[in-house]
Amino acid sequence: MEHKIQIACRTTALSELRNFLNQTLLPSRLNENELNQVTLAVEEVCANLIIHSHQCNEKDHILLAVRQESDRLTFEITDKGKAFNLLDYEVPDLKKVISEKRKGGLGIILVKKIMDEIQFESHRGMNTCRLIKLFRS
Amino acid sequence: MLSISILEESPHHIIQVKGEIDASNSVQLDESIRSLAEKGAQSILVDGSELEYISSAGLGVFMSYLEEFQEKGIQLKIFSLSPKVFEVFRILGLDQLISILSTKEEAIQES
Repeated sequence: MEHKIQIACRTTALSELRNFLNQTLLPSRLNENELNQVTLAVEEVCANLIIHSHQCNEKDHILLAVRQESDRLTFEITDKGKAFNLLDYEVPDLKKVISEKRKGGLGIILVKKIMDEIQFESHRGMNTCRLIKLFRS
Repeated sequence: MLSISILEESPHHIIQVKGEIDASNSVQLDESIRSLAEKGAQSILVDGSELEYISSAGLGVFMSYLEEFQEKGIQLKIFSLSPKVFEVFRILGLDQLISILSTKEEAIQES
């Protein structure tokens, strides 16, 4: 079963994204804690795209497709534009984030810690980031 | 949706955060903490009992004050987080860097 949502590239669309995820994932096997974490990871990727790849241009859009299978959840995030491959992004050291008073970089650490697998591909201007969460048996 | 209110319970300032903190509104939290620090607050306690969600944008705000507050001797503590919100702090190891207490009483006692 697949569910889809398209959101405009503005940060206020993030709450719309969370509502969609909460409704879509409610019947899944995730407990409240896991639901919160996967929602957070998907939001972090979308927030990065909205802010850094699209500079909050509301005319741009991001498409999210959620697929539920027996052993996993797959979140496919697609956008057009400058590719942001988080697999290439070096995870910053927490101490460095503090000393440089950076407010960014934490999101990517969260995504990498929460999700079991991250895939990225870019083809003819279309970028797809796939986040996979396996169900614990 | 996020609403922030500030209570003064001398010598503490309590920031009550209600709702969800994300990239669209984390600046409100930043401004609240900044304004308290600028007016000389020495003990800032964040009431997280009605905080339903926090993303890295909100976590980053807390982290950005750690060094400065340590240098200036300003205390920043968070209390009454729900288990799911606390877990987000824990995933990043922020529970080791920021003082997070179970109740307001504990936060005040530890001051």
